[in-house]
Amino acid sequence: MGAGHSHPLYVHARSPLHRAAPQMKLVATVVFVMAVVSTPREAIWAFATYAVVLGVLARAAHIGPRHMTRRLLLELPFLGFALFLPFVGGGERVEVRGVSLSVAGLWGAWNIMVKGTLGVAAAVILTATTSAPEILQALDRLRLPPILVQITSFMIRYIDVIGADMRRMRIARESRGSSPRWISQARAVGMSAGALFVRSFERGERVHVAMLSRGYAGRLPHTEYPATERRELLSAAVLPSLALMVCTTAWVLQ
Amino acid sequence: MSLSASPPALEVSSLAFSYPDGHQALYGIDLRVESGERVAILGPNGAGKTTLALHLNGTLGGGIGTVHVGGLSVERQNLREIRRRVGIVFQDPDDQLFMPTVGADVAFGPANMGLRGPELERRVDAALDSVGLADLGDRAPHHLSFGERRRIAAATVLAMDPSILVLDEPSSNLDPRSRREFAEIVLGLGLTTLMITHDLPYALQMCPRSVVLCDGELVADGATAELLADVDLMASCRLELPFGFSPPHTDRARRSLFSRAVPA
Repeated sequence: MGAGHSHPLYVHARSPLHRAAPQMKLVATVVFVMAVVSTPREAIWAFATYAVVLGVLARAAHIGPRHMTRRLLLELPFLGFALFLPFVGGGERVEVRGVSLSVAGLWGAWNIMVKGTLGVAAAVILTATTSAPEILQALDRLRLPPILVQITSFMIRYIDVIGADMRRMRIARESRGSSPRWISQARAVGMSAGALFVRSFERGERVHVAMLSRGYAGRLPHTEYPATERRELLSAAVLPSLALMVCTTAWVLQ
Repeated sequence: MSLSASPPALEVSSLAFSYPDGHQALYGIDLRVESGERVAILGPNGAGKTTLALHLNGTLGGGIGTVHVGGLSVERQNLREIRRRVGIVFQDPDDQLFMPTVGADVAFGPANMGLRGPELERRVDAALDSVGLADLGDRAPHHLSFGERRRIAAATVLAMDPSILVLDEPSSNLDPRSRREFAEIVLGLGLTTLMITHDLPYALQMCPRSVVLCDGELVADGATAELLADVDLMASCRLELPFGFSPPHTDRARRSLFSRAVPA
């Protein structure tokens, strides 16, 4: 997807982060997120450090604040839940401008909000610098079960095709006067969903026949990858080591 | 089957097939295609054209009759080699292109044949080059135009170095320019080609010889221009020329048609 123009997650740029080996980036991101999640919520300085590190990385990868903010909106529904906690939480309470809030609830909300935002931000940086095929390649190199990688790969490949099918069906429905606003019209939408399922299923069969015709015998050809260089390994280890250090320090200082 | 030095590229003998639901799709098909020939299989929707194509590489089978490709019988123990020899380009390129990138997709067939490393890369590059899309290897299939996707679908089977190219409705959904470009590519390959279609002018442009498949039976075999001029045959098989099109009757007219189609 190196030149994909309609891929909303990927940011086209040249940077050390774009060049880094995808499996390294994936592991680094996962370790970073785990370190963030394990950090005690009271260690505000630790979260500030994480945020600064991510800021530096985003800058190095030429990810603009607009892209970052837009992708971060993804977590809004989850934050909505966190906002309830100060009101419904039990225990000790404080008055803020006449509203009684639970202290435990406030800490809970802060905990979800800061860790969620940092985690999503790390994922945004990963997907902005790593294209979908690279992520699949990373999963393959990390020895994820091949069948899972294949399923993910087919999903990524066909989601646009099925989405286009769905759009055409909706337009055809609306062209015949359907405006699914009333519950009585739900039937037509339901039928379309059923038809879409059958069509996708049949497409699956045709894809399988086309694969058999090219000699498919139950497993995808194994790709060989160049060995990872030591230097790559070291530079990729910087982010997770830093995060683990911050996390450990936060626990020690507790 | 003749035991001469070079067996025919394709020999289908008394092939009959019915689907599990009892629908009989083919009734005793006999077809012999020599190496280097381009033959159109003409027939209306539902005549059994695609069913026949799926027999050529052993995807469908279990009926009566035999299929030989370059002398090799289509049966279970030969399937690997048969599928290398018979390259089917399916009607919907989205069915054929399923890997995340074009290059990975073109590599799928030859990798299944056991090719690896630089040899595999060379095969992929050569196949993409032969359809004029050498620079698209890194792209995702769904970002390409329909015409490009059909050409890539052709490249995916060309990468397997087939001896017969089978094109299922190659002109469907293509605009006139993409049709012409695709025709030029296929004519330039010089492979033994079977083209399944109900697009009669396209058959005339691409294939000197045609056979007519009608309700599961081969009812005619001959020069494409002569078959198209046979009004009764065409009508009885629900084949119609597009409005305003009449097939050139003389050989000279036909030759000029071909020379226009393939710039030297």
